[in-house]
Amino acid sequence: MTGRAVLSRLGQALLVIALAFTGAFVLLQALPGDAMLIKFENPDLGLSQAEIEAIRAAYGADTPIWQAYLHTLAGFLVGDFGYSIQNGTAVGGLIAEVLPQTALLAVLGFTTAVLLAVLIAFTATWARNPWLRNLLAALPSVFISVPVFWLAMVLIQVFSFQLGLIKVIGGGPVESLVLPVLTLAVPISAPLAQILVRSIEDVQRQPFVAVVRAKGASRWWVLTRNVARNALVPTLTIAGVLLGELIAGAVVTETVFGRAGIGRLTEQAVANQDVAVLQAIVVLAAVVFVVANLLVDLISPLIDPRLKKTVRTA
Amino acid sequence: MTTMEWEAGARTAPRTVTGLGTAGLRGLRRPGLLLAIATLALVLGFAIAPGLFTAHDPLIGTAREALQAPSAAHWFGTDATGRDLFSRVVHGAVHSLGAAAIAVAVGLVAGTTIGLLAGSIGGLADSALMRLVDVLLSVPALLLALSVIILLGFGTTNAAIAVGVTSVATFARVSRAEVMRVRRTDYVEAAFGSGGTFLAVLRRHVLPNSLNAVIALAALQFGAAILAISTLGFLGYGAPPPTPEWGLLIAEGRTYVGTAWWLTTLPGLLVVAVVLSANRISQEISKGANR
Repeated sequence: MTGRAVLSRLGQALLVIALAFTGAFVLLQALPGDAMLIKFENPDLGLSQAEIEAIRAAYGADTPIWQAYLHTLAGFLVGDFGYSIQNGTAVGGLIAEVLPQTALLAVLGFTTAVLLAVLIAFTATWARNPWLRNLLAALPSVFISVPVFWLAMVLIQVFSFQLGLIKVIGGGPVESLVLPVLTLAVPISAPLAQILVRSIEDVQRQPFVAVVRAKGASRWWVLTRNVARNALVPTLTIAGVLLGELIAGAVVTETVFGRAGIGRLTEQAVANQDVAVLQAIVVLAAVVFVVANLLVDLISPLIDPRLKKTVRTA
Repeated sequence: MTTMEWEAGARTAPRTVTGLGTAGLRGLRRPGLLLAIATLALVLGFAIAPGLFTAHDPLIGTAREALQAPSAAHWFGTDATGRDLFSRVVHGAVHSLGAAAIAVAVGLVAGTTIGLLAGSIGGLADSALMRLVDVLLSVPALLLALSVIILLGFGTTNAAIAVGVTSVATFARVSRAEVMRVRRTDYVEAAFGSGGTFLAVLRRHVLPNSLNAVIALAALQFGAAILAISTLGFLGYGAPPPTPEWGLLIAEGRTYVGTAWWLTTLPGLLVVAVVLSANRISQEISKGANR
């Protein structure tokens, strides 16, 4: 990529982040308007008119919309995400508190997904038995069709209740991670495996593979040195896209397993109509997604030099 | 499934319009496809005439028969209040399938409109609309759906609309790619050359020829929508209890995961079967388009 192409790609990423912030602001802050303050005007709370006015002022409910927009934007830029409507604590603090748990779950889940996908794809393309090949190649489409929350419950049923291998409550930190990580990994491994199988098959059909084989390289040599390297770029691209799935998966996984984390925070924010928390999570998720995909686009030409010539604007 | 794969498929799609008819004929030689069609037909039957499939009441149970394992009398067993689970699954089809249909309709109409406009007008409008699509794609689908739900409130229809919004971007990208492809063909140029107006050419030539990839995507999104709606139902943002919506049904079995395995396992297996079937049919339609 030329310097100019990199700059243009960077600008594009910034634009998408800015638009995502604006969209989240319009959807969650501007459109609901006073709806989130109805909570405080509820007569059951017994707040006086003056107290309600004070709360409204504290949340900035009476400022014009463009001022609120600039204020929120300025806050987000310095890491101030406003205050939770539910309990008045700083949203930034709420997120920082649970972020490490979700990050750990996400990293482990994603790593497991990659291992699972590589295992499926390698065996599916390696096996000579056509029956086994078809079975393994069909596995990802089954994985994709499984509701994540159901998978979690079936895993609990089998491993905790039937086999008694993993304690439902009171297991160690490692033990309590096994099932959530598996739950998170299965749906993410599916598209990864599909892309891997397809690109491995594509690459294997190319003439250079026949040449390498003719020179006496073993199947394993070709698969690991030539084919896998060529299949890496499409896999990396899809991995960037799948990052969003990780966050969605965390919402369900953390809810089913009762783990603290960003997903659980999201679930509670929706249940409590806490738009401030949801807004911060949505914008952060968009930033992570855009940055990750930017990195994938910038790294890809380094892995596959053939991409250097084309300016990628997707 | 991902947008990227879809775009790749859309770009290589051929010029001929072969539709459901030929796909159905070839299905006779493919048991997997036939099974998929049968599964969808069955659950469609559940949705249209639930009374034909079960005599039990989905909402009223006999307390004496609570938490019974599957048997000849109760195929899927009974839940904690003695309601027949199979009956609840059958009566739930209309909620789950109906919501999925609304979701696909929202995504299809909004997404195809954006894609058609972007692809046929081009230029600045194209860039602006596609940046909008990029933004929709940059937010994880579930978070986007939850944002819409927090705005609209809980409920089956609102959950369906929220899921629909998450598929707008995919529909827009695929239909735009299709329009771009069709626009470059000779017959569209010829239609413009022989004096066709923009709208007339769009309606008579571009739209029908772009449709196949979009239909295949709609089938795929139908399966995805069933999954997404059941997830929202499970989290408690969809249909309120005692509606037998599939996600909610599975959620209700959560308390009995250790003692009554059938309450979660059996409805979940049905959801898997339906989603697999929708995906299989989608695959066949896009294969039909790629011949």
